[in-house]
Amino acid sequence: MSPFSGAVTHAAEAAPAVTAATGTFQLIWLLIALPLVGAAILLLAGRRTDKWGHWLGLLASTASFVVAVLLFVAMLGQSDDQRTQVQHLFNWIAVGTFDVPVDLRLDQLSMTFVLLITGVGSLIHLYSVGYMSHDRDRRRFFGYLNLFVASMLLLVLADNYLLLYVGWEGVGLASYLLIGFWFFKDSAAVASKKAFVVNRVGDVGLSLAIMLMFVTFGSVSFEGVLGSASKGSQQSMTWIGLALLLAACGKSAQFPLQSWLLDAMEGPTPVSALIHAATMVTAGVYLIVRSGAIFDASLPARNAVIVVGAITLLMGAIIGCAKDDIKKALAGSTMSQIGYMILAAGLGPVGYAFAIFHLLLHGFFKADMFLGAGSVMHGMNDGVNMRRYGALRTVMKVTWITFMMGWLAILGIPPFSGFYSKDKIIEAAWSVSPVAGLVTLVGAGITAFYMTRLFAMTFHGEARWTDDVHPHESPWIMMFPIAILALLSAVAGFILNLNNAFVDWLKPVTGLEEPQLPFSSAVLPIAAIILVLIGAVLAWIPYATRAVPEVAPAGNLLTRAARADLYGDAANEAVFMRPGQYLTRWLVWFDNRVVDGVVNGTAATIGGLSGRARRLQTGFARSYALSMLGGAALVAAALVLVRL
Amino acid sequence: MNPANYIYLSAVLFSLGAFGVLVRRNAIVVFMCVELMLNASNLAFVSFARIHGNLDGQVIAFFVMVVAAAEVVVGLAIIMTIFRTRRSASVDEANLLKY
Repeated sequence: MSPFSGAVTHAAEAAPAVTAATGTFQLIWLLIALPLVGAAILLLAGRRTDKWGHWLGLLASTASFVVAVLLFVAMLGQSDDQRTQVQHLFNWIAVGTFDVPVDLRLDQLSMTFVLLITGVGSLIHLYSVGYMSHDRDRRRFFGYLNLFVASMLLLVLADNYLLLYVGWEGVGLASYLLIGFWFFKDSAAVASKKAFVVNRVGDVGLSLAIMLMFVTFGSVSFEGVLGSASKGSQQSMTWIGLALLLAACGKSAQFPLQSWLLDAMEGPTPVSALIHAATMVTAGVYLIVRSGAIFDASLPARNAVIVVGAITLLMGAIIGCAKDDIKKALAGSTMSQIGYMILAAGLGPVGYAFAIFHLLLHGFFKADMFLGAGSVMHGMNDGVNMRRYGALRTVMKVTWITFMMGWLAILGIPPFSGFYSKDKIIEAAWSVSPVAGLVTLVGAGITAFYMTRLFAMTFHGEARWTDDVHPHESPWIMMFPIAILALLSAVAGFILNLNNAFVDWLKPVTGLEEPQLPFSSAVLPIAAIILVLIGAVLAWIPYATRAVPEVAPAGNLLTRAARADLYGDAANEAVFMRPGQYLTRWLVWFDNRVVDGVVNGTAATIGGLSGRARRLQTGFARSYALSMLGGAALVAAALVLVRL
Repeated sequence: MNPANYIYLSAVLFSLGAFGVLVRRNAIVVFMCVELMLNASNLAFVSFARIHGNLDGQVIAFFVMVVAAAEVVVGLAIIMTIFRTRRSASVDEANLLKY
């Protein structure tokens, strides 16, 4: 029996009715159009907009958020089965009976994402006004940010997979441009290229999935594919599911395509917060939850999702434990938390809603902590080495308090946000498979260790600052967004969990099942909290109460492996890069020697023969006459012979 | 008299002419040998006309004479020009046009 023996269950509810958008819902297109126009102006008008460009970027993003809130209020006014609104914009591809329109679909799932993207996005725009104030290319930065927001909104609002693919590539492009924003640094240029290449590998998965959908269902719209997914053969559902999983792995930095995320921290910190923590990297989770019907129809695909999530969850957590670079430690944590979400999404209807719940809350507390890390770096001359931090609570009080909210939230201490979502994921995982449950539980303990280590090394213990560093609090324009995110990290989980409000809100789209546990449901939260406390104490003692060495000690085997990203890069190098290099070298050799050899050899042979043949032209008229005579004699002889 | 004998004579004359073209170096002599070959073929044409009893061969013999006259004019002019520039009428020495 497979370790993941949960029964395949189909979402019980029939798909909710689709309503053509009217009234307020006709504003859906504005969500995308506003930041898109902002990006166009900022990127096309060039240096003329340098003076006010950042304010325009902020305005575009905030206006989009205002529209999102209007739509949200309008949606709350509708009954549950009226909440799926589709706005038809125009026909994009119409070939015979195959028709791909540009339709925007706003339902509870995409509404959640829209609010997260525009809300957190606008806060990070505001933060960036301060963070990037000394950068002469601030306008370009805001242009890219707006481009990202527009692409991400297109991704979550698309009503068919082809349109989703456009958004998917758009966010990939924005991510590439923003990681490489300081392209004059070699490391940033290389990191952006790496992210781009690894993401392309995942994108192949998405395009394969779309092609398979077209072959299987003759349609690429959500309705056409997901509506008939339960009727398709299990084998084709498995292949589509695996292709979608590959896509999700690329975008969400899941094993085995995880290697780009740690390098992506080369980008400016607001980018890490918005794209590589809160929104873009969660697109894979969105894809899987949105395509839930396909995974419901195939147990192998689901199990593959669970395995990938579980592996990444542990990998990210272990890597996070060993990094001294504050942003890389947070990136490891992001990998790990997205592993939680992917795992939850692989559990089926019992986990979909909680995957999204965790995604939303993670968006808050991870953005909070990334922006906090940015604030710390701002005060520490852009230093990222936590071994040269320490005792910053004395000089950066607001950053310390706000970071603490994020820290408590990710640890899952009640009543902070992370508790409500992570705990449900652990419960759902246990109900499907004890192995997955155990992994999530252990992951919670490791999470507590590395986050406490990060928090203690940065804000507590002895000051280990270098002499030229004079830490100071960041300006209000940076602290205000952090404060809001810290508030959300502290209370959003509790509020959204009141009466199961959030899960009930998502239920019509994602379906919902109560996890069936073999033991009392109180056991898991208590076990989780005990593990979290153990992890936290294990980290607190060496990193807050004892002196932290300024140069990293050699460490044991696991530490060294974790510092090297668990040899992810080495494995890629050994498995893909080196053989690829050997192959290209061999091909070059083959081209130079064999292909060119044949061509050049033919030419040389013919040239040589002609050189010889040329010698027949002696210039002696009499020898020509002899040849003529000989030839004539031959012709005559031939004639005579033929006649005979 | 057997008309075939004229053909044999024509063959002998043609062979003599061809031999002369191949072995003699003086352009004038080579030229005369070419004339000999032309006239040997004329003889053959006329003989065949006689043997077959129609006039085709005789008509061709007139054509050959006309061409030979034209050829003599051009050929002698060339030989003279070469002789003036190179002070020699040897066909072997006029061998610049080669590989």
